[in-house]
Amino acid sequence: MRLEPIKNPSLARSFVPPLIALTATVVIASLLAMVAGANPFSVFGLILKGAFGSKFSILETLNRATPLIFTGLAAAVAFRAKFWNIGAEAQLYAGALMTVVLGTGMLAWPSFAILPVLALMAILAGAIMLLVPALLKTRFGVDEVVTTLLFNFIFLLFISMLLEGPLKDPMGMGWPKSARLIPEARLPRIVDGLRLHWGFALALLSAIGIWIIQTRSTLGYEMRAVGLNKQAAAFAGIPVNTVLVKTALLSGGLAALAGFSEVAGLKGSLTLDLSPGFGYTGIIVAMLALLHPLGVIVAALFVAGIFVGADSMSRAADVPTYLADIMLATALLLMVLAIMLTRFRVVRD
Amino acid sequence: MEIIEILFTASFWAAAIRIASPLIFATLGELICERAGVLNLGIEGIMVAGAFAGWMAVYSGTGLWVGVGVAMLVGMAFGALHSTLTVPFGLSQHVVGLGVTLLATSSTYYAYRLALPEVTSPPKIEAFQPFEIPILSDIPVLGQALFAQTPFTYLAFVLVAVVAVVLYRTPLGLAVRAAGENPNAVAAQGLSVTAIRMGAVIVGSGFMAMGGAFLTMSAFDSFFFGMVNGRGWICIALVVFGSWKPGKALLGAVLFAAFDALQIRVQQTSFGAQIPYQIFLMMPYFLSILALVVMSRRAEVPAALMVPFNKGER
Repeated sequence: MRLEPIKNPSLARSFVPPLIALTATVVIASLLAMVAGANPFSVFGLILKGAFGSKFSILETLNRATPLIFTGLAAAVAFRAKFWNIGAEAQLYAGALMTVVLGTGMLAWPSFAILPVLALMAILAGAIMLLVPALLKTRFGVDEVVTTLLFNFIFLLFISMLLEGPLKDPMGMGWPKSARLIPEARLPRIVDGLRLHWGFALALLSAIGIWIIQTRSTLGYEMRAVGLNKQAAAFAGIPVNTVLVKTALLSGGLAALAGFSEVAGLKGSLTLDLSPGFGYTGIIVAMLALLHPLGVIVAALFVAGIFVGADSMSRAADVPTYLADIMLATALLLMVLAIMLTRFRVVRD
Repeated sequence: MEIIEILFTASFWAAAIRIASPLIFATLGELICERAGVLNLGIEGIMVAGAFAGWMAVYSGTGLWVGVGVAMLVGMAFGALHSTLTVPFGLSQHVVGLGVTLLATSSTYYAYRLALPEVTSPPKIEAFQPFEIPILSDIPVLGQALFAQTPFTYLAFVLVAVVAVVLYRTPLGLAVRAAGENPNAVAAQGLSVTAIRMGAVIVGSGFMAMGGAFLTMSAFDSFFFGMVNGRGWICIALVVFGSWKPGKALLGAVLFAAFDALQIRVQQTSFGAQIPYQIFLMMPYFLSILALVVMSRRAEVPAALMVPFNKGER
């Protein structure tokens, strides 16, 4: 078999493969639910109800989507320039670490002063975190996939060390947990009485900001050019390595905001289970969004909904929550295939 | 001084060989994939799946070697998925690889929960036992380090030799290497680049799963979450460190494992007790990054690594 580009894809060509991919994902998940002895219809009903069925569950989904928008943007920005940042998990913790270091009493300022400083310092921490793999790539040609992955393990151990050492909360009853942020350093709720903090609004603003950068700025143009063809970009006079480093700083900063928002908006302190893999899930979010910054919002809501829904489904139907992860991995693989099939035709030899 | 003494004990080198074994399997697997031109980032998940499949098979009553076979087959199935998407369809090897890792890991955890819903601590199996090779195991220090291991470890060393011979001394090996260096030349010979690459990824993934199975069937006797713990990613670094050559990759894995065994022992000395244990646990990952930095300058990367091949296209 051989792949042949399609010159003018029809409307059906653009929509049918992704629809088949989504249907196939649902079918596979249904079969797996049946293996677990559950009725697939009730499983999907429970997931939907758990994710969007009540005011409480919708807020829970929005809260879960917040860090995923940040990490999804981090992946989308980097992948667009073909810079494979798989280290959003470490950058998230770098942002969270900066937030608790400065926000637990070191800076005793009123909210309007401390919150922007915390956010900016978190961005800085995440950017520096990714600067190392970026420089290793541009200076030594070391593949960033492996280095960013390995830094995830290193940095989590570093956080563990700090939480058992200098950052350990003396009032924490022996748990490896940081002290709580001062009240001024907490992100307030958007509406009184509703459990949704300003981190969500910040995530939406970041998505719009990235969209503007990508479509309206020189950097956005350069990042796209580098992603499409490095040699051609270099030939056109684009400083490829500088663009890659800038992309890395942006990507690392975005992932770090997830950590800032989780600590300042939701948890109030740093623990080792702050992120259940938001950094990795962000990659799925970005791919499902076809790397479009505004699409990241939709994809993050979808992914968060599946996770929140699967949690409550698992309790009710006795199907392991890992069904959610399987669904997302399947959706990811089938969607990349489907997107390719919207642009290429398979020809038999 | 304590540290120097450690280096001369048989138990230290025995531990190093034991720690190296799963890395040898998985590094060989990745090496085969990359030699044919395909980066397989599914390695981490495939090791998880292999660890569970082999252990579960033995737990359900099969023999140990049958369990190894089951693990290998499961790995090959994920390899088939990976290679179908990356070779004929030419999809991004980064994205597909990470997707396969996520899929393999989550479906393993799902299967574990379904198979053992009520357990709090996972059951143990009768794992591989050390087998002392007569005469050879009587050699001072070296004998106990090398020749008093489990048969699963011996298999790892045999496999290195087999892969080296096949890669460099057979037409099949030549075809695999050429598929990773110059696929157009392979196609010009009338061979199918697609078939060679898919075959390499499927076999390589089988080896990765065996590396995972070593953890549950020889190093330990039980399966728990997070037990692969980045070993797959370390193996990708080991392939680079070994310049895509089986012998050098073996050497790299043993050196790496020796360092790992050393840090465990230094932790227990009076000097090591003053240092947070996390520092020691970070060392293997730092070492991998360091190896990448040092080696990537002179690395002989297969020229067509990560370059999809579409017939009739230049």
